Amino acid sequence: MHEEKLVKEIKRTALQIRKWVIESIYRAGSGHPGGSLSIADIIACLYFHEMRHNPKNPKWEDRDRLVLSKGHACPALYAALALSGYFPVDELKNLRKTGHFLQGHPCMRKVPGVDMSTGSLGHGLSVAVGMALAGKIDKKDYRVFVILGDGELQEGEVWEAANSASHFKLDNLIAILDRNGLQIDGPTEEIMHIEPIAWRWRAFGWNVIEIDGHNIEEILDTFHNIKKNGKPTIIVANTIKGKGVSFMEGTLSFHGKAPSHEQYMKAISELEQEERELDV
Amino acid sequence: MFKEKRNLRDAYSSALIELGNKNKDVVVLDADLALSTKTKRFGTVFPDRFFDVGIAEANMMGIAAGLATCGKIVFASTFAVFATGRCYDAIRQSIAYPCLNVKIVATHAGVSVGGDGASHQMLEDIALMRALPNMTVIAPADATEMEDVVPEIANYYGPCYVRIGRADAPVIFEKHGEFKIGKGYILKDGDDVAIIATGTMTAEAIKAGEILKKEGIDAMVVHMPTIKPIDKKVVEKASKTGRIITCEEHTVIGGLGDAIAMAIQRKPTQMHRIGINDVFGESGEAEELLEKYGLTAENIAKVAREMI
Ligand SMILES: Cc1ncc(C[n+]2csc(CCOP(=O)(O)OP(=O)(O)O)c2C)c(N)n1
Repeated sequence: MHEEKLVKEIKRTALQIRKWVIESIYRAGSGHPGGSLSIADIIACLYFHEMRHNPKNPKWEDRDRLVLSKGHACPALYAALALSGYFPVDELKNLRKTGHFLQGHPCMRKVPGVDMSTGSLGHGLSVAVGMALAGKIDKKDYRVFVILGDGELQEGEVWEAANSASHFKLDNLIAILDRNGLQIDGPTEEIMHIEPIAWRWRAFGWNVIEIDGHNIEEILDTFHNIKKNGKPTIIVANTIKGKGVSFMEGTLSFHGKAPSHEQYMKAISELEQEERELDV
Repeated sequence: MFKEKRNLRDAYSSALIELGNKNKDVVVLDADLALSTKTKRFGTVFPDRFFDVGIAEANMMGIAAGLATCGKIVFASTFAVFATGRCYDAIRQSIAYPCLNVKIVATHAGVSVGGDGASHQMLEDIALMRALPNMTVIAPADATEMEDVVPEIANYYGPCYVRIGRADAPVIFEKHGEFKIGKGYILKDGDDVAIIATGTMTAEAIKAGEILKKEGIDAMVVHMPTIKPIDKKVVEKASKTGRIITCEEHTVIGGLGDAIAMAIQRKPTQMHRIGINDVFGESGEAEELLEKYGLTAENIAKVAREMI
């Protein structure tokens, strides 16, 4: 079990990330709040506890890597990177703005701390396989994390990559599936089913762990307990799209839409209320 | 007129092994065509740095990108048709945009693949790869040049696309060390017309120059192994003849001809593009197909006569 203090700190960080997701997308006038909010807790656990990384040396060869395969959720990643110290937090206000570096989808050449450029769904796991293979060739002990969307699993290349990861015995590779149940056109199971999801990954030779993707203790414990048994691991994280903002939770419409001024004010005040509750 | 023929895939694999001996960062990938592309030979010598990903080409490009982010110089090979068409988005998003050190070496380009027919005869790869920012595009003409291309692109940081044919090709160059990225080669000077060729067509262009010479036509013959970035100086010299014929085993849309037209767009120069005229290929013997599509020295000479 993790200390109460750590868990509380990470909860607070996750709320900061959520606030920046709303703030940066509101200021940009476009972006993807739903899928950014659903990964905020996982991203917070990764960057503020689990991953070995150094914001002062973003290209450190021995760092753990993260590929945000569902690149549209980058506002959450950018917030975590800024809060970690990779670049000034104030830059988050310039998301998607001409002449500024925070692109609408992650660009590894522009943003310190971004390990891979993404945005076209379905490619991220392949890249993570390449990074993990390099780790094996070089006998390094870094790990590679990759965050996948559940709709994204409908892309065939994901399964090519899944197959190669177990074939090459990449137990330094950890995928996290953001199982929020929604894609753009509707619920995943209605648009194009991906269940039985745990069973499918197991059949491809992976360790599969299913968790509540908003339970900080559970996320931390899961990362902590991953075994190196010659297989890649996937954490199926059950999440809520839009988590943390009442009128965004579980709604399709906030997949890729900025909040209006009123909605922005309401969202921020809800998140601040949650922050205050943490303190009592 | 050419003394011997050699295979560019053989040259590729020997050069890869030599490179692998010198540089431990070299990693080679293939997608179940390692015997045809001949990368298997590298895998036999360096099993720890060779991965066959199976029939999963887009995944191969992504893996190549991931390896490259960790400092590897990655050579990823398969047939040109799969390497580009099937993987365009993976190459665009994961290799060209982040400008990663991946060398896509594609074999079996062009109609001279022969019997397999249109599904395997890649004629748009230069156009596809040329359109990508950061991508260097190269089509060597013979085995000697291929042996120079491999270390040269390994020394250069950034994504490269190298296309070679399947067949044995006449040996044009006798000595090594000539090839430089972005350099064009005037093989024969001339004032009446300039024939600029790339890849498999360079040998035909040389032959066409000889035919024309016998008829008293003084043709400049240029070999252009790098299609992007194009050698503007050489193209400008060629344009002084007032007439340029471009030759490529590729569609006339978006390939060498277009690259050259772009380089001299303000110069008054007649241009004729010899290539595949916006059709798919078909099954047949390599030589018969080249004949059918006009990819021969005789046809180049004929076009030259018409232009003068
Ligand atoms: C290859 C590709 N096709 C379509 C899109 C457009 N697109 C962006 S997000 C999205 C839905 C993604 O759904 P999911 O993977 O479940 O992500 P999440 O719900 O977590 O945001 C789509 C179709 C894309 N980015 N890439």
